[in-house]
Amino acid sequence: MMKPTIKTAFAAVLTAAAVSVAALAPTTAQAAAAGPKPEVQDWTFKGLFGTFDRASVQRGYQVYKEVCAACHSLNLIKFRNLADIGYSEAQVKALAAEYEIEDGPNDDGEMFMRKRTPSDPMPSPFPNAKAAAAANGGKAPPDLSLITKARAQGGDSVIKVSMKHPGGFTIGADYVYALLTGYEEAPDGFEMPPGGSYNKYFPGHVIAMAPPLVEEGVEFSDGTKATVSQMAHDVTMFLAWTAEPELEARKRLGVKVMLFLLALTGMLYALKRKIWSDIH
Amino acid sequence: MSEQQPTSKFMQNGVVKWIEHRMPIFSFIDHSVGSGYPAPKNLNYWWNFGSLAGLALIIMIVSGIVLVMHYTPHTTLAFNSVERIMRDVNGGWLIRYLHMNGASFFFIAVYIHIFRGLYFGSYKYPRELLWIIGVLILLAMMATAFMGYVLPWGQMSYWGATVITNLFSAIPVVGESLVTLLWGGFVVDNPTLNRFFSLHYLLPFVILGLVIMHIWALHTFGSNNPTGVDVKGPQDTIPFHPYFTIKDLYGMGVFMLIFLFFVFFAPNYFGEADNYIPADSLATPPHIVPEWYFLPSYAILRAFTNEFILYWPVSWLMTAKLAGVIAMFGSIILLALIPWLDTSKVRSARYRPVYKWFFWIFVLDWIVLGMVGAHPAEGIWVVLGQVATTYYFAHLLVILPILGVLERPLATPESISASVTQPAE
Amino acid sequence: MSDTASTPPSAEIDEQTRRDFLLVSTATVGAVGTALSLWPFVNSLNPAADTLALATTEVNLAPIAEGQSITVVWQGKPVFIRHRTKAEIEQAKADDSAALPDPAKDADRVIKPDWLVMVGVCTHLGCIPLGQKEGEPKGDFGGWFCPCHGSHYDTSGRIRKGPAPLNLPVPTYEFQSDTQVKIG
Repeated sequence: MMKPTIKTAFAAVLTAAAVSVAALAPTTAQAAAAGPKPEVQDWTFKGLFGTFDRASVQRGYQVYKEVCAACHSLNLIKFRNLADIGYSEAQVKALAAEYEIEDGPNDDGEMFMRKRTPSDPMPSPFPNAKAAAAANGGKAPPDLSLITKARAQGGDSVIKVSMKHPGGFTIGADYVYALLTGYEEAPDGFEMPPGGSYNKYFPGHVIAMAPPLVEEGVEFSDGTKATVSQMAHDVTMFLAWTAEPELEARKRLGVKVMLFLLALTGMLYALKRKIWSDIH
Repeated sequence: MSEQQPTSKFMQNGVVKWIEHRMPIFSFIDHSVGSGYPAPKNLNYWWNFGSLAGLALIIMIVSGIVLVMHYTPHTTLAFNSVERIMRDVNGGWLIRYLHMNGASFFFIAVYIHIFRGLYFGSYKYPRELLWIIGVLILLAMMATAFMGYVLPWGQMSYWGATVITNLFSAIPVVGESLVTLLWGGFVVDNPTLNRFFSLHYLLPFVILGLVIMHIWALHTFGSNNPTGVDVKGPQDTIPFHPYFTIKDLYGMGVFMLIFLFFVFFAPNYFGEADNYIPADSLATPPHIVPEWYFLPSYAILRAFTNEFILYWPVSWLMTAKLAGVIAMFGSIILLALIPWLDTSKVRSARYRPVYKWFFWIFVLDWIVLGMVGAHPAEGIWVVLGQVATTYYFAHLLVILPILGVLERPLATPESISASVTQPAE
Repeated sequence: MSDTASTPPSAEIDEQTRRDFLLVSTATVGAVGTALSLWPFVNSLNPAADTLALATTEVNLAPIAEGQSITVVWQGKPVFIRHRTKAEIEQAKADDSAALPDPAKDADRVIKPDWLVMVGVCTHLGCIPLGQKEGEPKGDFGGWFCPCHGSHYDTSGRIRKGPAPLNLPVPTYEFQSDTQVKIG
């Protein structure tokens, strides 16, 4: 008598649960506003053994220096960090010395300008955020040090499926590359506010940054042809490094730690089996 | 067997005897986690998650203490001091990622531990107080995690702190003054950061104290077990050491493998990208999402709109906002009452054919709430959140009490030993 | 349980040995792993990369006239740089044969005799000796005098009198040009 009642109630709940799960399948409205999902790129730093392609990172630094640095700062990067991407001590010193920095006060109590040294940060294009905003139509260009970690689903990750992001898991580097190559003509009837550019991948499609990369915009010393996609690729690789400079050391150590733990856990399992053998 | 021999040889040692005579710490350890503590012999791997949560707490405290040595609690310096840890401090990235992901894995271990308790009826007499202390640990963990998340002073830190502290403004009459008191200003600012930092350092030690009480209460009657049947005699138990010490250690090995895989190969998987943007009090991120372990609570909070059916009965009394806040805190505090809400005489779901299904629906409901919490409150997610919230409270307040009366449980085994010889399930 | 048989069969002994071996080796690997995992926490207390990047200091000597001293900061510590007079150099060389608590030749304490570069921290208990500026006491030997417990240093920075055990230490430094030194 009682059992069927409970069973019916139970069946109803189960059906409701099934319906709820089915409802999760369609992607959300917000995904549409954000534009198409960036294509997955084949970065060398991906995977368990990933590393930054040195030549690409160095070219990317050149793109940053000659193009992006006009508006975007790189506050968290010191010149000495460039040694990590293959520049020699003398090269780092020379790169730093291209810029000056205010220092002081000296013994007379006055501030003075001096050449930057490797321990100094990269120069900022604007003295402060207000000045940056004022010079760029009211919105300061973001600092790029952490940009690939701060966009889409963040930094590099070996795991790409997520319950939190059922629409798809995109790393920031893929988004940055897509954005840099995603400029196109606004579709007919799209209302473009003054000063804006149409970008396929930017949320809302109206971006204040004009297309920054033009064919042959820089001249690479290693002879690589400076196409827009090449420059976008290289500068994204560079920015992936500035965001996660520990990436290579992290993955190297990670592989060792995993192997060690696998061995230890295997031994613990064997010991557990041995000790429990007289119980089972 | 031979395990006893080294122990006794150890106890014959002169120094050991000298200390033991003055402070019987060695027999205390032996009776806590040694051969002197009998544990049910049928504990399965779901019983590993208590020790795993303990391991996670230790990892959090050790990594946290080192992080404090490099962190600067000031709005203008906090973000960069964390990045300095990531970039300049020797191995700082490792310690920071251990702490960041350690929080997630602490919650994973604790949530599984809680669901294990719910499935096997570990909260029933005589373990009600043990369960209540557990709920207090969960509350303290949530407070600690929330304040810790504010410390890096990214966009999510700042706006998470703003949104959560604003919850208290829903309290009638004193709400606004209370929020100002919490902030120490008129918005979340440097005073807020500093007090959160202070409390974030204090609370883990409160948790540690609660954990000691939790274990104390546990040892008074010993562990529950998968059958839910009381231990009848020595034939039902085996010494904790070496059987469960090695089983716990093996579990820790597996746990560390998974945990460190995330630390080394997907360290930001559980995090939000927006928190790598420094806090900006004038620009709110498009959607504010709490850390994953708060998502079910967050979904319950947001379910309460003027249209929500559960709000109607109290709509003459309070705003939907206040009802949401009460429901969110209530959803956790209600857990403490489960020993009385569940009226069944049978502990383990193994012998409760109907409850077993409702348990899994409750787990599913909790996961759905989590997914709702991760999405902007629009379209299907609003309805789904309200259905799931209704079910959450229905499970605790309606299903549990009624089911205990109506359900016809299966015959429970005579004893643990009897269940081992004729396996259930 | 093992009490039941005083002489266990050989198969059981074998089993026992295997188990003990597994126990010892697992415990060893586990202990090594635990010890190694503590290293990052300890190592994080060592100077960070930004601290080490400031480990050297470059000083321009051109503005320092003979008989003048300057104090520069190197790794957070004061470094005394003195442009010594002829008389001071003569005195320092002559004292090579005096009774020295911490014997050292003046020639070994300088790269160029005109320039004395040393860390200005008293080797007794870490105070900063006087004698850098005009009018400050220079002690009984015309060099430096530590006011804390009365240690006297000579014109080569050697300890001559008082409780300090050692001479003022000379940091590693090099002349990048005639008027530029790099300390560290």
